[in-house]
Amino acid sequence: MNTLFSPLGDQAIVIELGNEINDQTEQQVRKVAALLESRQPEWMVEFIPAFVTVAVFYNPCLAKYDDVKMELKELLTQLTEDLPFESRTIEIPVCYGGELGPDLEFVAQHNKLTAREVIDIHTSGNYSVHMIGFAPGFPFIGGMSEKIAAPRRDSPRLRIPERTVGIAGMQTGVYPIETPGGWQLIGRTPIRLFLPENDIPSLLRAGDKIIFKEISKEEYHAWEDDLNAENS
Amino acid sequence: MLKILKSGLQTSVQDLGRVGFQKYGVIASGVMDPFAHRIANLLTGNDERLATLEITLVGPTIQFTEDAVIALCGGDLSPQLDDNDIKMWRMLPIKKGSTLTFGEPRIGARCYLAVAGGIDVTELMGSRSTYLRAGIGGFQGRALAKGDEVPIGEMDLLQTKALHQNTENEFDWLIPPVRYYEEPIIRMIKGKQFDLFDEDSKRQIFSEAYTVSASSDRMGYRLEGARLSLENSTELISEAVAFGSVQVPADGNPIVLLADRQTTGGYPKIGQIAFVDLPLIAQAKQGQPIRFKEISLLEAQRRLIEQEQYIRQVKAAIQLKQEEWT
Repeated sequence: MNTLFSPLGDQAIVIELGNEINDQTEQQVRKVAALLESRQPEWMVEFIPAFVTVAVFYNPCLAKYDDVKMELKELLTQLTEDLPFESRTIEIPVCYGGELGPDLEFVAQHNKLTAREVIDIHTSGNYSVHMIGFAPGFPFIGGMSEKIAAPRRDSPRLRIPERTVGIAGMQTGVYPIETPGGWQLIGRTPIRLFLPENDIPSLLRAGDKIIFKEISKEEYHAWEDDLNAENS
Repeated sequence: MLKILKSGLQTSVQDLGRVGFQKYGVIASGVMDPFAHRIANLLTGNDERLATLEITLVGPTIQFTEDAVIALCGGDLSPQLDDNDIKMWRMLPIKKGSTLTFGEPRIGARCYLAVAGGIDVTELMGSRSTYLRAGIGGFQGRALAKGDEVPIGEMDLLQTKALHQNTENEFDWLIPPVRYYEEPIIRMIKGKQFDLFDEDSKRQIFSEAYTVSASSDRMGYRLEGARLSLENSTELISEAVAFGSVQVPADGNPIVLLADRQTTGGYPKIGQIAFVDLPLIAQAKQGQPIRFKEISLLEAQRRLIEQEQYIRQVKAAIQLKQEEWT
């Protein structure tokens, strides 16, 4: 499809690079993001890439909507064929079930599987990060097997601890910060996805491949103790 | 230093927000009423980007442990200094030991306290704003509580001179207070998905009054009124949202996204509040009616540029005043 532009209020413009979620469009999104990052037009304030769009926030005192649109069109002609960076593979250790993953049994029963089978399926998926958004460092992850899909809870939990791994419908994800939410919770990782003290505060970025690796409760607690020691 | 003697409902350190980190999913935060915050800073001789205290509805009791120059702008929460009413939208020199209190919220919901030198908490990701939900930024990542001692930055030379000015009449002419209305008419640009809504909804959003519901906070205001629906229900692909986006979830009650909004969302956006009218929504209280009126993108940007020019004039006028004191 052709690239579409539309206003998001009086200080942002949305570049729409496709109308369905697929690898090709996601690559386009990443290329546009990389181009904006390297060019930094003076009127640009910041940008937010998503599944098929990049929203560019700008200062209307420096350029109005039509000017921004024209300049972006011009900029987009300079997209290269090469991907701006290599895809990384990040391993996320997870302790499944028990008090760290209270809904593991539910997910198993819902899919007529054993808890063991759910873990085996969850750790063998071919996952990639579509986008980061919604919450600080929160990855929208694609690639989960439909064999372990599970509906959201009827009534959301008021507090889900940070670093909890969950399933909602066909999606799996990790909550970087404590939030309310309706996901089925299957485990927790000792590693942090939101790193506010870092220049790049998100552990993951769009395009990353993810491997979930099962760890024992002892390994989890040893890891978490290290984390706490680091923070104190 | 500002010593918090009583906490009030919710007072937090805010500035113009965490810019440039939304691509990592980091919530922008920052003041709900950017205009009042900026003017308050300018009145004290601060750069408009310094942090202020955002005081919500029921104000705290604050004692000044040093001489200070302050300004209060935004919602009128009946501020008093040592039991005497004080004026808002002007510079006020304060003596060490004085106590600032607040009373009945008269009009508006949020008052900004700027102090010459700025609220001096550590910057995180380029901003001093508090993001309450993640417990980061601002003063220990949280709203101020009894016993807190909030640091103030150093005043510059001109600001120090302001301490010794008799400002009784001096600044009355300077900043005409913004009027926050009991039933504000808020200008809104049609959203990207406006045309996906059915005919009734497209009419009602601009003709009906909506009420700010009880589940409204810095993240967003849930509105109650005529329910809005799409012509054909469709699943949208999540994309960026902005300060003032008006999105409509399946239950049909619009939500206005505000300072602590998430970075992306998947609900259809019926509109986007014009930047210059963000203070009107930010100052609306729970239970208060609001109305929307259409504005074109071109007109909204024209108003925004006008407002920036006005702010530059205010800044220049204050600098002139300060230089007269030397």
